[in-house]
Amino acid sequence: MDQSLIREVKSLLGVANVLDKPEDLLLYEFDGSVEKARPELVVFPYATEDVSNIVRLAAKYEVPIVGRGAGTGLSGGALARGGGVMIVFARMNRILEIDLAQRRVVVQPGVVNLEITRAVESAGFYFAPDPSSAKSCTIGGNVAENAGGPHTLAYGVTTNHVAALELVLPDGEVVRVGTKHGDAAGYDLCGLLVGSEGTLALVTEITVKLSRKPESVKTLLAVFATIDDASHAVTEMTARGITPAACEMMDGWTLGVVEDYIHAGFPRDSGAVLLIEVEGLREAVEEQAAAVEGVCSSCHAREVRLAKDDHERDLLWKGRKNAFGALGRIAPSNYVLDGVIPRSKLPQVMQRSREIGEKFGFRVGNIFHAGDGNLHPILLYDPRDTAQFEKAIAASEEIMRVCVELGGALTGEHGVGMEKNELMPLMFSEADFALMRRIHDAFNPDSALNPGKIFPLNKGCGEIRIKKKKTAAGMRA
Amino acid sequence: MTRTANLATRLAEAAGTHSVVAAPEELVNYAVDGLSPAVVVQPSSAAEVVEVVKFALAEKLKVVPFGSGSKCEIGMAPTRYEIAVDISAMREVAHYDAGDLTLSVDAGMTMRELEAFLKPHGQFLPLAVPCFESATVGGTVASGVDSVLRRQYGTARDFLLGAEFVDGKAKLCKSGGRVVKNVTGYDLHKLLIGSLGTLGIITRLNFRTFPMQPVSGGYVANFSRGTEALDYRERLENSGLPLTNVEVIDSETMQIIRAILWRVESRVFSAIEDAAWCVYSSFEGSEAVTRRVSDELQKLGGDSGAGHREVLESGADEVLGGMLREAFEWLRYASPATILYRLAICGKIKEAVEELISAAESLSLRSALLVRAAGIIYFALLAEKEEAMLAPAPKIDSVVVPLARKYGGHATLMHAPLSAKLKITEARLERGDAVLQSRVKKVFDPSDIFVPGRMVGGI
Repeated sequence: MDQSLIREVKSLLGVANVLDKPEDLLLYEFDGSVEKARPELVVFPYATEDVSNIVRLAAKYEVPIVGRGAGTGLSGGALARGGGVMIVFARMNRILEIDLAQRRVVVQPGVVNLEITRAVESAGFYFAPDPSSAKSCTIGGNVAENAGGPHTLAYGVTTNHVAALELVLPDGEVVRVGTKHGDAAGYDLCGLLVGSEGTLALVTEITVKLSRKPESVKTLLAVFATIDDASHAVTEMTARGITPAACEMMDGWTLGVVEDYIHAGFPRDSGAVLLIEVEGLREAVEEQAAAVEGVCSSCHAREVRLAKDDHERDLLWKGRKNAFGALGRIAPSNYVLDGVIPRSKLPQVMQRSREIGEKFGFRVGNIFHAGDGNLHPILLYDPRDTAQFEKAIAASEEIMRVCVELGGALTGEHGVGMEKNELMPLMFSEADFALMRRIHDAFNPDSALNPGKIFPLNKGCGEIRIKKKKTAAGMRA
Repeated sequence: MTRTANLATRLAEAAGTHSVVAAPEELVNYAVDGLSPAVVVQPSSAAEVVEVVKFALAEKLKVVPFGSGSKCEIGMAPTRYEIAVDISAMREVAHYDAGDLTLSVDAGMTMRELEAFLKPHGQFLPLAVPCFESATVGGTVASGVDSVLRRQYGTARDFLLGAEFVDGKAKLCKSGGRVVKNVTGYDLHKLLIGSLGTLGIITRLNFRTFPMQPVSGGYVANFSRGTEALDYRERLENSGLPLTNVEVIDSETMQIIRAILWRVESRVFSAIEDAAWCVYSSFEGSEAVTRRVSDELQKLGGDSGAGHREVLESGADEVLGGMLREAFEWLRYASPATILYRLAICGKIKEAVEELISAAESLSLRSALLVRAAGIIYFALLAEKEEAMLAPAPKIDSVVVPLARKYGGHATLMHAPLSAKLKITEARLERGDAVLQSRVKKVFDPSDIFVPGRMVGGI
């Protein structure tokens, strides 16, 4: 890294907002994925103007840039694959405007997801997208990845709750897209930008839509002897048009691990459970809860338990949302996959996923958003064991292939990042890539923003032109 | 040889189709803002669409993707137009997984046909849009028109899962997928929504479908003054009730509705017989849910100072609900020379309505107004003669567009007599946004063959 750039950045932001020592940079070479890549400089802007100035400087020195929120992502989206400058938005964490009358909140990208809900819940509102990492992930990261969560089954993912964005383009220009209403003149640039994984622009301000808290909520835990029965119950619920707010599955083995950690009251002797939440008017909730119970019973649930109060409900959700953490207690590392399948194919895919795990010597854990067919098979491995890690990657690829073969998708909420960019040809043709590449280049012509993501590197896709001359060594592709 | 000489023959040969017409009496049916094409081609597959676009590129001809043509005049007038690509022969359901509530349908299927296809499965697509009988699925998405079910189900953006389309390089491309959750690659299909055919020719669309509800209902409350009606609307919006739609209809629009009812049904039902301003709300769900909502609406109506209030009997609800779905269609023909805007604004509805009415009055124009849920306002200016709109057109545009922007949204020109439309030339995009919009257009359509000039900002 050019020392002149470091000096200029320090002069711009102050030394307290810049990291360039190897021991400090080490912390930023990881996110929640199995990948790693180290930035050469980490900076902490406070305002849009700072971001714009940093971007201009990076352009002057021809150094790539990657934006990062809390680093909780699971596909390497916030890793500095091309080295260069990492812009960490943690200190751009102010809520700029709360407009309850119009149900809009304007935030900086470093605001933690759950903080939006905390700021408005006393007035009866909340921010619907609720990734498991809601207590730590930032809204900027949510926008980049188009994050989901358990309750997106009924309420949609991040893109459905974003009305407007302020962007910094790779030349430092600041542009606003969308409107406070959400509908905007011309093409839906907000729709394009959300989920573009930081490869088109850096987002410096977000206008989100709030939702009204439901009148009534019921949380049910349906306990099954086998994963097959639980899968059939999900398929049957979907086919009958029952749409709960959330429908999560955990397999019996995973439940045991979670129960050891959280003591949420999950049964230790089941094959799988479904954690189902129904929300809405009291009357609708009563009927939906009864319908859910009916379907689960017809699919051989041995018990359908209703959370008796908020405490029990919170405990069940705590178990679900901390399940990945619980698995961390029994293995040095875990690889959380993310694929999507048509819900009608759920029983079939669960079986195939199990078989693939066995083939590669893994016991596959399952904690996932069953209601929208968004699988999260989990492989436990030891990163020091290279052979085992490579087997985990191979098993992952095979499971992803099954998802796509059955009409599904490579990722439902974690993003492509640098985890699945080489698998993209499973879903997209050369013509599809060519158009996506032209969009990429229209926004980010020199691949200065987040290089090495989304597009395959090994297919001669010219869009990934990482400037090796002035970037760090260690680029994997 | 001119560009259009023997065009039909050459196009038929190039595209490998016999469905090419150049008879003037046919071409006039494909006119857009006064421009008729030189030829109409009706491809039967995406592969044929690719060949048509290749031909247009080679011959440097401009193309308008054409569904039923019901919304072709939304936006600005195209600057050139030689080939109409009529997609109405592509109308198959390519894939339907009832158990997954997902659907993949050719762009030329009509909304009514799709409704009929899904109904036996107890499902539907919540795009209740104007010209429902004839509107194609592709045209509906490309036009970006509102569904009256938006309050409950959102817009196409919320349940369009993926798309296939032919871009301006004559490549068949796809975006998204067929599953209900998917973040793989860029969401290019979202750009097609409301793109007015300027980015490519949509050939297939993937949607999430929804279960039909067993019971639906409607309730009207009539008011003598607009402010009362709008206050009541606000109470409904804040009630937390799961209403599918809330519409405030002003007195001029009520008169239009009554006139149509007399003509079509030979009656006006009692609920709206004497209404000046009317607020219509609709709801759906189980017996228990609809009973509860209906009870609460009656209570809210009773507390609102409304005059006549009524839970509509199902026949009347169906008629009024259907009419409101078609509002775009009858509002634009409510006078011989109508200018119709659709505004999407974030709150301050009362202030906006007041300012719109006063703008019309200051130009001595009659106006008709419909406030829909989710901050949508249809605002029509009515005149008996086209000439009467020439002078006011740019003036009204210079009020409506900034007004929508001031209230956190934007305005779309939905209809205007051609002579008036040509007077409205204001660039409506913010500078930085306009640069990005132009870049997107250039990416999809580098040779600018798809409906040049139709998008806002002259894109």
